[in-house]
Amino acid sequence: MVSESAAGSISASVIDDHPEPAALERMYRLMVTTMLADGKAQAEAKAGRLQAAFYPIRGMEGVCAAIGEVLRRTDQIVSTYRNLGDALAKGVPLRSIMAELYGRLDGTSRGKGGPMHLHDTSVGFMATTGIVGSGLPIAVGLGLAAQLDGDDRVVMVTFGDGATSIGTTHEALNLAALWKLPVVFVCQNNQWGEHTPIAAYAASTDLAARAAAYGMRAVKVDGFDPIATWQELRDAVAYARSGAGPVFVECVTYRLTGHTGTADYSYVPRDELDAALRRDPVPNFRSWLATTGLVPEARLDALEAEATAYVDDAFAFAESSPAPGPEELLTDVFADGTWVRDLEQMGA
Amino acid sequence: MSEAPVTEAGAGTALMTAVAAMNSALDLEMAANDKIILLGEDIADPIGGVFKVTKGLSTKYGTHRVRATPIVEQTIVGTAIGLALAGYRPVAEIMFFDFVAMCMDQLVNHAAKFRYMSGGRTPAPITVRTVVGSSRFGAQHAQSLEAWFMHTPGIKVVMPSSPADAKGLLTACLRDDDPCLFIEHINLAYREKEPVPVGEHVVPLGKARVLRQGDDVTIITYGAQVPVVLDAAERLAGEGIGAEVIDLRTLVPLDLDTVFTSVERTRRAVVVHEATRFCGPGAEIAAQITEQLFGELLAPVQRLGGAYAPIPFSPHLSGFPTAEDVVTTVRALSRG
Repeated sequence: MVSESAAGSISASVIDDHPEPAALERMYRLMVTTMLADGKAQAEAKAGRLQAAFYPIRGMEGVCAAIGEVLRRTDQIVSTYRNLGDALAKGVPLRSIMAELYGRLDGTSRGKGGPMHLHDTSVGFMATTGIVGSGLPIAVGLGLAAQLDGDDRVVMVTFGDGATSIGTTHEALNLAALWKLPVVFVCQNNQWGEHTPIAAYAASTDLAARAAAYGMRAVKVDGFDPIATWQELRDAVAYARSGAGPVFVECVTYRLTGHTGTADYSYVPRDELDAALRRDPVPNFRSWLATTGLVPEARLDALEAEATAYVDDAFAFAESSPAPGPEELLTDVFADGTWVRDLEQMGA
Repeated sequence: MSEAPVTEAGAGTALMTAVAAMNSALDLEMAANDKIILLGEDIADPIGGVFKVTKGLSTKYGTHRVRATPIVEQTIVGTAIGLALAGYRPVAEIMFFDFVAMCMDQLVNHAAKFRYMSGGRTPAPITVRTVVGSSRFGAQHAQSLEAWFMHTPGIKVVMPSSPADAKGLLTACLRDDDPCLFIEHINLAYREKEPVPVGEHVVPLGKARVLRQGDDVTIITYGAQVPVVLDAAERLAGEGIGAEVIDLRTLVPLDLDTVFTSVERTRRAVVVHEATRFCGPGAEIAAQITEQLFGELLAPVQRLGGAYAPIPFSPHLSGFPTAEDVVTTVRALSRG
């Protein structure tokens, strides 16, 4: 559990080193957009109108907003099934995200991937995986490509604390460090691996220390503090971009919902959850922006209205998007679909 | 029946083992396409791969393109996928077929599904080379697992039976827009030399080859069982039984047209492979023939395959079909 600071979510020491006001506005709008879209998707799933397993990101909005500000459009990211904030941060349009959740043709994957499988290479949102820890080796490959290409693009990969238990994570960290690849490993530590708390699945819960043991730079930051997270991610991306090698950034948050949008989470200790909710990054960031005067109250209201309209539009768009036709079933198994279609016709 | 089309740009041939032929394919393709990157354990010089398929390539093209990795099968394939997403054409070497169990998640859940799951937007055209067939190391270095991948939509499965095909099919894999699993049989790797085109040589995927013509029975096989079946066919010819022998070359895409055309004429079929007979590739092929040609068949399609047992270490034990097994099966079938 991250300790509560007297100043809410934002550490007082960071006041001199923060994004410019226009970036702060983008960060806040992204956080609100993510929170609203996340809440609406959960509600739609619970109501049965959205027939999809949806993995909420509530609690990680600040981390995602920081990611959005530190990556360039040409940088690339590999994400997980808990990907809504990452996708928005990288610039994937919410319309195509939501259409994918509804299994519609306008989705990022023509409705054939679903919420766990968003892709939008036009903004560098390269891959998502529903398999815990499997994105890290793919990010290593993208990082190797960036190194071979000799440009200065950076690859980021996000994953939860639960992924630090699985073998691929350790294989990938070792290889990235060995080859000094421009990869930033962002551990979105929400302190729960599915329904098991971190202390019940790891003897060493200092995840950054475990990464450092592979010979790479590793830092830990309060993921409820968007500014501190932005600072660490900015520095990590600059380090990777310089060619110095990978960085592991452990962003410590707390999962404010169940594992899935419809899962029971009554097992979460009430005191822990209440403490985390008091540090909910969205309202705390808002009050910090207002209190410091970096973004005026009226502007915050306007950003919230923009986010609300953007989310409502995306859901309406998704629900009216056409469903994939039956021909899509056998399309894109292979580049050339002739053999697959012949095979299926033969069996029919 | 004519052979599948073969393109030959370079002049002349040379006697090569399958290993030399595959090395030649990698060499020529790496020279032509700087996006080809090799990944695998011990593949760089001086070792050049434990089976020497990549010998000399790191010296010629640099260790930035021929990358010896730690012992990390899952991450070798995952790294290949990432490279492919960024426009490279990676070739991953998995030392033994049994070791694909270590990288099944990346192969099956990622490489094979990425094109489909992204609506065609992020395919992962990787080639995974692996070796099967040695019994010197026991049951964890010997098993033919191609049926696992035939059962996984989205990945092509290729298994050459000769040096020339090894070169031509590997070249086709390196140029293919889909993930390909290229399976090399150790019995064929060094044993026979045959004339192989020295220059560019491509054998298209999904085209079986009729190795021997016959009118009485069709024997469908691939990989290391090809010479076994050809031996059997020769013996059967001595008994007056004409066996047509088909080398499938690729299991996905499976060239059922060539199989059906042949069996329609011979009206008897036997499928032979080293993979475990139970739920092996032969089960699918036999079912396809039966569904399509039931009225034409003079006898049930027969299957010969590995015994339902792990591969035994002792050279005194073998569950693989022999030429004698093939002859016996065909004889019985021909009486039907």
